[in-house]
Amino acid sequence: MIDTVLHIAPFNVRVRSPIAAVIRHLEFFYEGYRRGEPGSFIDFDVQVLQGKGLRRWWRPQVRFLLDGMESFYPLPAAQSAPLFEWGLNWCVANRPLGYLVMHAGLLARAGQALMMPGFPGAGKSTLCAALCLMQDWQLLSDELAILDPGSGLMQPHPRPISLKNASVDVVTAFPQARLGPLYHDTRKGSISHAACPASSVAAAGTVARVRWIVLPRFVAGAVPHCEKISRAETFSLISEQSFNKERMGEVGFDALCGMLSGADCYQIVFGSTADGLKLIGDITGS
Amino acid sequence: MLGDPCSARQFDAEQWSALVNIARRTNLLGVLAERLNSAGVSAGPLANRHFEGARQLSERQHRSVLWEVHQLDAALGHLQIPILLLKGAAYVISGHVVGKGRLFGDIDILVPRASLGDVESRLMLAGWVSATTSAYDQRYYRKWMHELPPMTHLRRGTVLDVHHTILPLTARNAPDPKQIIDRSSYLPNFSMMRIPSPEDLVIHSITHLVHEGEMHNGLRDLNDIDCMLRRFSLVPGFWDRFVGCAVGNDLAGPVCFGLSLARRFFGTPIPSAVLTQLSSTGRGQQTTRWLEAVYVRAIEAAGEDHRSITMDLAKWLVYVRSHWLRMPWTLMIQHLSIKAWVRWRASVGSARES
Repeated sequence: MIDTVLHIAPFNVRVRSPIAAVIRHLEFFYEGYRRGEPGSFIDFDVQVLQGKGLRRWWRPQVRFLLDGMESFYPLPAAQSAPLFEWGLNWCVANRPLGYLVMHAGLLARAGQALMMPGFPGAGKSTLCAALCLMQDWQLLSDELAILDPGSGLMQPHPRPISLKNASVDVVTAFPQARLGPLYHDTRKGSISHAACPASSVAAAGTVARVRWIVLPRFVAGAVPHCEKISRAETFSLISEQSFNKERMGEVGFDALCGMLSGADCYQIVFGSTADGLKLIGDITGS
Repeated sequence: MLGDPCSARQFDAEQWSALVNIARRTNLLGVLAERLNSAGVSAGPLANRHFEGARQLSERQHRSVLWEVHQLDAALGHLQIPILLLKGAAYVISGHVVGKGRLFGDIDILVPRASLGDVESRLMLAGWVSATTSAYDQRYYRKWMHELPPMTHLRRGTVLDVHHTILPLTARNAPDPKQIIDRSSYLPNFSMMRIPSPEDLVIHSITHLVHEGEMHNGLRDLNDIDCMLRRFSLVPGFWDRFVGCAVGNDLAGPVCFGLSLARRFFGTPIPSAVLTQLSSTGRGQQTTRWLEAVYVRAIEAAGEDHRSITMDLAKWLVYVRSHWLRMPWTLMIQHLSIKAWVRWRASVGSARES
């Protein structure tokens, strides 16, 4: 049984679970994270539990509870660790916290952030992993870009990088990569997680302003290509990738406009990780 | 805490954590955010994020309610019938303080029963569709209930409940919707939209609460009731009109019970003469001490993390009582058995699939 408060910036998450796979997952990926002292403020009170009744033994299931309430369907017990990650994503995206949350990879260098909105299969996670593992980028998040409307700054939310199918093999080959177990037959195919670099976890208090927005598109064998796109077009594309802009009303709209006004926007097509890194290097001047 | 937000001034992180948690479970986070704000109590940056989030959400919901009501007015205005907004939508549109920070899921309207067919077809033309697909549910709603099956807007996804009276037709109390419609008043800026009189607003809120089968919004509803009563009772003659409307609409019993719950939880100032008058005319439902204890337990259970047997029992009793109030026992047994059968079939089905 584990009962601990993890500081996964910018949130305090209380995690309770009796499941060995979840405990191993937390030990492997969250070991270096700050623990909350007794009596700290809790943003998400999370439990990952075994299935109810017969489901404890017969085709065992695992359940995710937020504040004691079960908000989505259970999964097969073998997916308990991925369920913790998905469940926590859901908490961040769905709980109204005054932050605008977008589906995007986010990295930063010297306070300047590079945002890569996530379209499925675009190669965002692989590029994110390459940038933070092989270059000196700070990983803010590989999936959930969190914008504080008050300051206009992006909040780091460092977590294990979620890799799907072919990108698992690509990232395994990076010398600095530290991967957890491979989970087969999930609703996203085969998935695995790569540990967030320790330096990014340590820098979780360092916020950043978006400077570049890059929409990546991986096309096998493609000639590398980069094109500047307008902020208006980017606005509509990012709106689609926002989880809660609608629910935030005017504040969300203004925050997104503010974020875009300081950014240059590009669309890139690349056929290999090396090409992708080269294009990003050209854009960000490194 | 809702009555005296200043008592939170000395809170530490752990207490703020617990308060935010309970407020969220009871659906009062937005209301509490507004109360703390107007009392000038700062929650500190960590808890404040949650309050700010709830405040933004409620602002957004209020704006969309306003938009929906305009859409309803446009869709139904030609019918030249009174369309009353009930509960949350009425509080927000009338600008009453009870709407401030309130979060809610659907919009409730009341229309004359004779116009129900026209209303439903007009709504369908405007993009509202019935959300209930099961044939049994459709039949059950149309035959026994006080409302159409909930409708959802195809594009906007908002949920609308169309009532023709405020209690099921089979209920033990038989309020007359015509009285509520006759006492209602027009809303400026709309063609046919109206809101119930202050007395009927409170009476409906109470009736809804004490006939409800689940108490997860119980505390929020009691807060609505308390908030309205404190405001409306400042107007001379309110209590006399209030008692008159409750008795005249065959609701003295449930209203008396609801008032004692509000007093219990929020210390609502209610003249004892009002309770005496209501309980002497209340028919069928004497508010016994044990029944009140059951409701108190069930309402408190909504804010609790760990479940106890007494809480589960209280929740179950409230559920059964709501059905007992809603329909004769023969119909209730039939209905609950069919529901249990359908649930059991569904659970067996999903177990086989996985």
